Amino acid sequence: MSGFGGFALRRTVGAVVTLFAISVIVYVVFYVTPGNVAQITCGPRCSPAQVQQVAEQLHLNDPLYTQYWHFLQGLVVGQDYSTGTSVEHCSAPCLGLSYQSDQQVTALILAKLPVSLSLVFGAMVLWLILGVGTGVLSAWRRGRLTERLLTGVTLAGVATPVFVIGLVLMIVVCGQFQLLPFPQYVAFTDDPEQWAWNLLLPWLSLALIEAAAFARLTRAAMLETLAEDHIRTFRAYGVGERSVIGRHALRGALAPVIALNANNFGSAVGGAVLTETLFGLPGIGQELVHAVNVVDLPVVVGMVLVIGFFVVVANVVADVLYAVADRRVVLA
Amino acid sequence: MSAPGASGARQFWRRLRTQRAALVAAVVVALLVLVALAAPLLTAIEGQDPTTYHPSLVDSARGGVPIGSFGGVSADHWLGVEPQTGRDLFARLVYGARVSLGVALAATVVQVAIGVVVGVAAALGSRWVDQLLSRFTDVIVAMPLMIMALALLAIVPSSFPRPVLVALVIGLIAWGSIAKIVRAQTLTLKGLDYVAAARLSGWRTWRIAVRELLPGLAAPVITYAALLIPQNITVEAALSFLGVGVKPPTPSWGQMLTAADVWYQAAPQYLLLPAGALFVTVLALTVLGDGVRTALDPRAASRLRVGTGRKREAKA
Repeated sequence: MSGFGGFALRRTVGAVVTLFAISVIVYVVFYVTPGNVAQITCGPRCSPAQVQQVAEQLHLNDPLYTQYWHFLQGLVVGQDYSTGTSVEHCSAPCLGLSYQSDQQVTALILAKLPVSLSLVFGAMVLWLILGVGTGVLSAWRRGRLTERLLTGVTLAGVATPVFVIGLVLMIVVCGQFQLLPFPQYVAFTDDPEQWAWNLLLPWLSLALIEAAAFARLTRAAMLETLAEDHIRTFRAYGVGERSVIGRHALRGALAPVIALNANNFGSAVGGAVLTETLFGLPGIGQELVHAVNVVDLPVVVGMVLVIGFFVVVANVVADVLYAVADRRVVLA
Repeated sequence: MSAPGASGARQFWRRLRTQRAALVAAVVVALLVLVALAAPLLTAIEGQDPTTYHPSLVDSARGGVPIGSFGGVSADHWLGVEPQTGRDLFARLVYGARVSLGVALAATVVQVAIGVVVGVAAALGSRWVDQLLSRFTDVIVAMPLMIMALALLAIVPSSFPRPVLVALVIGLIAWGSIAKIVRAQTLTLKGLDYVAAARLSGWRTWRIAVRELLPGLAAPVITYAALLIPQNITVEAALSFLGVGVKPPTPSWGQMLTAADVWYQAAPQYLLLPAGALFVTVLALTVLGDGVRTALDPRAASRLRVGTGRKREAKA
């Protein structure tokens, strides 16, 4: 197993390097390109004195690498922001201060994170079940009417933007037939049942779109596996069709599904931003859109880094799971 | 047998022709492009334009609901008018097609250009160059497109022409996967005899890249670009839906949907038209993209057919 441990370690180190590179790029892009960074960061209503203070707190008059060093320092060990009269401590991981909302960015994101995590992971469970299930079903019933119907539905799913299906679902389910109330976020710790009921529609909107890609992939991977020699051997030994499909062919689809889940994680997070905005869920996606609209630079940078962190972590997890599903990867 | 280049193109058409769905999709895409190009002509025939307000056509006492049946459909306004503003919906829809297709196409061009240059440079450059470019590509791939686009659009001054900006932002963020594909394909081609022959004839690297490698890259690049276009359409619509993409008064399908949910009872077409237009466009482009892939990589298609064949064998 040393090969496997080494593999996991290599991937983790690679992820840390990637995260570091992302933080450099993001910092440079956002704190160098626009005009007066201190003015933008502070907000349109800041006095020149306040702008001056922001410039000092962020070390904006120092060379770029010093600025970035302070930023990184805040992330790893925390930082103190002097306001002249008092000192505000921002403990690690410190993503800076949002001068416009007068809050620490880390606290702001942490407060919104449960909503987004509930949305994304709940939807992920749904899209894996729906997508892989549909894929298996259409591989099993290939050449029949069921398969053709499923192929059509999946194609429609691939072609529908998440905010369109969300809008339609909301209008039909909540507006026209009033089967569910318009979603309002209820924390899981407050009331698990209400949490699930209110998230049902957002979950479905996000999951239906993502599931379509998984259905297509699962079907293709299974059909490919079904054409392989070992499946023919199973059949020759009289293994039933149900077992051939459900156990042996599905195994061939496992690795690609894991890979797609990691690949699509970034786009699913993008979909979550749209879903949150559409349904008015107070998650980090909605906060990001708000921060973008008012140009709250520290919040935007913090959000991008946090979301990037989750995407990179998702990829490492997927890489390791992929290696578990298909041991040949470790050797490569 | 004709020249290899000509037969390649002919083979492509022959394979594409056999796929009925892809042909239908190609016709739909052609029509959409035609509508987008002829938008000024079509609206001139209707006698409207996408930006003029018609306050007399909406009932301000009832919150701006369009006057008349079906959301104000009339001989003057073929698809009715927008609630509150009274702007012509047909004109906004066809001009929206311009934005949607134009931005997606321009973004794809940027993605392909960067992806090909980076991919070829990584494959042909020294080990050091390859390492640097490949790691950079990995980082780019790890950045979620929607999030980065949202963030970037926040900081660019609003004086910049918005549709161009959206296309540039999408193109500059999402070229990673195409660079990876191009690098892999170039490495394969580099090992082939005809490239070695060119190298032995003393050709310079850039001449080999342009004359010998680019033609061999066409198939995977076209395949991937065909799949990128519908993806870019969705991203543009999403950004405009969130209010950070194409800004009013320029019409965009995503932006039209932002306010539509409030009006679904009074003017359902205000929601259904842009939603339907997006759906049809992305669907047609996706089906066409699948068809192009099958025509360029027949192995993928025949592998699947083998699967079905075995099944029949087993049943017999």
